[in-house]
Amino acid sequence: MVNIMNTGSTREYAGKKILELGGTNSDLCVVGADLNKSTFTNMFADKYPERFFDVGIAEQNMVNIAAGLAASGKIPIVSTFAVFGSTRPMDQLRVGVSQPNLNVKVILTHAGLITGEDGISAQSLEDLSLFLSLNAFSILVPSDAYEAQAAVELAINTNGPFYIRLSRPAIPIINKSDIKLEHGGSNIMYEEGNDVSILCYGYMVYHAIEAAKILKEKHGIKARVVNMYSLRPLDESIVLKCSKDSGFILTAEEHFKYGGLHSLVSQYLSQNNPSKVLSISMQDYAESGTTEELVNKYGLNSDNIVKTVLTNI
Amino acid sequence: MEVSELKDLSKNIRIDILKMTSNANSGHPGGSLSSADIVSVLFGSVMNYEPGDPKWADRDRFILSKAHACPVLYAVLAETGFFPKSELMTFRKLNSRLQGHAHIKTPGVEMSGGSLGQGLSFGIGVSLAAKINDKQYKTFVLLGDGELNEGQVWEAIMSAKKFELGNLVAIVDKNGIQNDRFTHEAMDMSPLPDKWESFGWDCYEVDGHNITELQKTFNSLDYHNQIPKVIIADTTKGKGVSFMENNPDFHGKAANPEQLKQAIEEIIQSN
Repeated sequence: MVNIMNTGSTREYAGKKILELGGTNSDLCVVGADLNKSTFTNMFADKYPERFFDVGIAEQNMVNIAAGLAASGKIPIVSTFAVFGSTRPMDQLRVGVSQPNLNVKVILTHAGLITGEDGISAQSLEDLSLFLSLNAFSILVPSDAYEAQAAVELAINTNGPFYIRLSRPAIPIINKSDIKLEHGGSNIMYEEGNDVSILCYGYMVYHAIEAAKILKEKHGIKARVVNMYSLRPLDESIVLKCSKDSGFILTAEEHFKYGGLHSLVSQYLSQNNPSKVLSISMQDYAESGTTEELVNKYGLNSDNIVKTVLTNI
Repeated sequence: MEVSELKDLSKNIRIDILKMTSNANSGHPGGSLSSADIVSVLFGSVMNYEPGDPKWADRDRFILSKAHACPVLYAVLAETGFFPKSELMTFRKLNSRLQGHAHIKTPGVEMSGGSLGQGLSFGIGVSLAAKINDKQYKTFVLLGDGELNEGQVWEAIMSAKKFELGNLVAIVDKNGIQNDRFTHEAMDMSPLPDKWESFGWDCYEVDGHNITELQKTFNSLDYHNQIPKVIIADTTKGKGVSFMENNPDFHGKAANPEQLKQAIEEIIQSN
């Protein structure tokens, strides 16, 4: 088992960053849909009530109100859970935000499998595929609480629509507190060699690093772990480099296989350097359970990364 | 503008609508013609704007939620100098700024639309921005009566009251016909004024083709109180062209060259 030392909640840290930026940027607004305690935008709401708008449980209205604010020079943050902020207002995101390329920041929490006990309706496993289909959106998935803050900062300071994907539970801290992200960037988190390159994002970055350590210590396999925190723009140069350096690429993600990182990497490499790309991802809807139970049962953990590398190397 | 000038503007807008849809051999003349007098009064005597500076921060905003009726918007924008009238003939053509449904890239178009039900929410965002920025501009949102079937419109109606948006005015172009059939057959929304009023809006019922009445109503509104307003404008789909009036066939079909000739003649001869 992994030894969890220090953890932080991506949604809580993002909420703190939104509050902080609200003090330096008077154009920042938040439009929420009755989940602001859970998304931690209630901190912004308490301090800047004149720039906070709770529409109640009405996600479609929320997205177009944000579009109207953005068209009037404001920088609106749309805040709710990933399952409600992606599927429900998809038409509004498409026609109302993406097509006119408006400066709306969609920051959604409780994404992925590890939303846990609430079960499959609450586990957002298709949100990245949906936002990738919205052509104008930049997409960030932070791997820990500090990166969540950096992601919020990057999105607010970069013009155009953004989607930031955050988790429900606290997850291990794996970055320094002053981490900065680049639009279209990536971070090499671990590099012993290039026998295999593991490309991942979000909570899976921690598991990939743990797996890489085990691969080296127990099996003498030298891996590289790349944090692909920006799904769009995708850092294609690192993908190409990994495909050329390594025997194969393994993508690991807390999302359905279809339409996530595996799709992006495979699509890019099929045209630029056809090579083997394996996937650890969700294959079907899951069930209620704790984070640990779910990642173990569905193989989104370091053990399965190790096993997959050993089977294929 | 004087009433006679507004009437002339309406006529010109109607002729533009007919010509541009016929030239494109597609588009939505019926619901554009029904909105012509409303749009004429708004741009001719109610709203503040600068055609040479379409993004002027203090401009009043006109948001076309029923974005399929964009010919009426393009026509009034051209008639008031946002872009040359000659550009109207590029409507729906490749490389044109005048897209099949209104898009924000056209000078004077505030919102990209094409999926019904989004405009009032967008207008609330625009109106809230005025509040935050302490601006005095007004926001007008034109909706279709069929469009009111969309649930999102009612989400928006709820929230405008909560946000106390006195500077927000919705206008319902109640022409009674939607894509497939008459609105009362598709989904009976009556009693419409009661519905809006019960959501906390001030409601005004007007003849949507009576220039004087429209002008008087818009000018009588208190834009500085905290109550959003709706003007339910009783209109005729295809207004001004005998064979288009109240004819569901001309919701999404243009006049052929012969029909166009007759239609323009009827508009010119009308009072």
